[in-house]
Amino acid sequence: MRNAPWLGTLTVVGSGAAALTIILLVVVVMANILIGGWDTLSWEFLSAAPTEGMTAGGVFPAIVGTFLRVILMSIVGVPIGAITAIYLSEYASQRSIFARFIRFAVNTLAGVPAIVFGLFGLGFFIQFVGGGMDRAFGDGVELRWAQPNLLWASLTMALMTLPVVIVSVEEAMRNVPRELREASLALGASRWQTVYKVVLPNSITGLLTGGVLAVSRGAGEVAPILFTGAAYFLPHLPNSLSDQFMELGYHIYVMSTQSPDVEATMGIQYATTLVLLLLTFSLNFAAVYLRYRMRKRAIA
Amino acid sequence: MTTSMDETRIRTEGLNLFYGPKQALKSVSVDLKKSRVTALIGPSGCGKSTFLRALNRMNDLIDDVHVEGKVLIEGVDIYDPKVDVVELRKRVGMIFQKSNPFPKSIYENVAYGPRINGVNDRSKLDEMVERSLRQAALWDEVKDDLTKSGLALSGGQQQRLCIARAMAVNPEILLMDEPASALDPIATAKIEELIYQLKSTYTIVIVTHNMQQAARVSDDTAFFYLGELIEMDETKKMFTAPSKKQTEDYVTGRFG
Repeated sequence: MRNAPWLGTLTVVGSGAAALTIILLVVVVMANILIGGWDTLSWEFLSAAPTEGMTAGGVFPAIVGTFLRVILMSIVGVPIGAITAIYLSEYASQRSIFARFIRFAVNTLAGVPAIVFGLFGLGFFIQFVGGGMDRAFGDGVELRWAQPNLLWASLTMALMTLPVVIVSVEEAMRNVPRELREASLALGASRWQTVYKVVLPNSITGLLTGGVLAVSRGAGEVAPILFTGAAYFLPHLPNSLSDQFMELGYHIYVMSTQSPDVEATMGIQYATTLVLLLLTFSLNFAAVYLRYRMRKRAIA
Repeated sequence: MTTSMDETRIRTEGLNLFYGPKQALKSVSVDLKKSRVTALIGPSGCGKSTFLRALNRMNDLIDDVHVEGKVLIEGVDIYDPKVDVVELRKRVGMIFQKSNPFPKSIYENVAYGPRINGVNDRSKLDEMVERSLRQAALWDEVKDDLTKSGLALSGGQQQRLCIARAMAVNPEILLMDEPASALDPIATAKIEELIYQLKSTYTIVIVTHNMQQAARVSDDTAFFYLGELIEMDETKKMFTAPSKKQTEDYVTGRFG
């Protein structure tokens, strides 16, 4: 192609405009939410339950539900993901069929839409596992496990966030220099001792990053918990794994589509969105910071 | 050790080693003696490092490595399926080309080996750490800041720390893969002096690119070329009157 001067100018202007659009988009979205939600956001809003048919009051139960779900999800998902990553990085041969199969599965899992995870949770956890549990332990009349609850929602989320954990933990473990593994093995350490005493301590920030990324991905998702545990409104906080729970993302959805008076709850919707965004942003920020620390240490 | 100076500690019989389809060692048969330093020399890619790593099965870590023949240490074939690799590596320590202290304190670096062997008693660990650091001629330089990171030491000190760390598990054999190639002449001299002092206690096998170093530190020298052991003899003889033409060409610097 001929080198036309106008092409260079066009590239600069075009890419600049594209970049500006992105920034503008973020600013507009954030400003909109901030302005809309600022007046409603208060200590009371964060610490009180919804009242008056969800047209007043706060979002405390939804915050609690989100936290519980995220914590349970991490307790299940991070160890399984970390162990898988340890296997892939430390034990599996690069050409092993089994390891390739795991990688293929992880990549596929990462591409599955969230709503499909929700349906899977409904079919597998609630109907199959929960139904089985009720038949085995229940009185045959009352449904205890074969219905949406905190446990099934958290497990569904754990499955969905597994690829994030596996990929980031494995990357962190691969960043540990081979020389350190060799040093440990040459001293007569077993593979597991090497993993436990050398590889894991040197990739701990990566492990944390994986956990935080999974949490921040999980905290914002609503689709997987639509059928597996989120409740429209509950008068009490969940106090067992078999209870349903309120959740921030779902709460926004409910109030903007299902509420008897959408207009009246505008402030609450904005403020809830703001809370959810602040939550996921601070988690993302924590992940970025941990990763930065990790990179800096890897270079040093 | 009540054995004579000439007793064999490591013997290989027809050792072939393949990386996938590529043969890296061709029928290497050799006897390495107790209380002596054996230098492995030869041009890059001749198989001397591969041979060294075959002696503590570090090559096992690489995918697709295939070994034929025997490596006998004290008469036991270390490639026998019944042999515990972890136990083997406790007996055969290794020092790497690039010093590789753990990102831990000096103390914890040396205590690593004893700890994985289940030693947790503080006074016993203290004693082992001091003894190993003294053996590695590092104690006087670091005794006041054992809690300092091993990575804060100079290159030569790091390498001596690695030697101390290897000695803390009481190996019988020390394998050294160009241990001084990344060090300045003063640090190199210290390492060489250390090797000289250690040979009464350990069987030492050292890979080196440096002819003068081989001549200075070793009792025996083995010359490898294209995966084959061309010649092995006393170092004095290898450097003055080798029996093979290739050896002479290499030690006199005509190729390599």
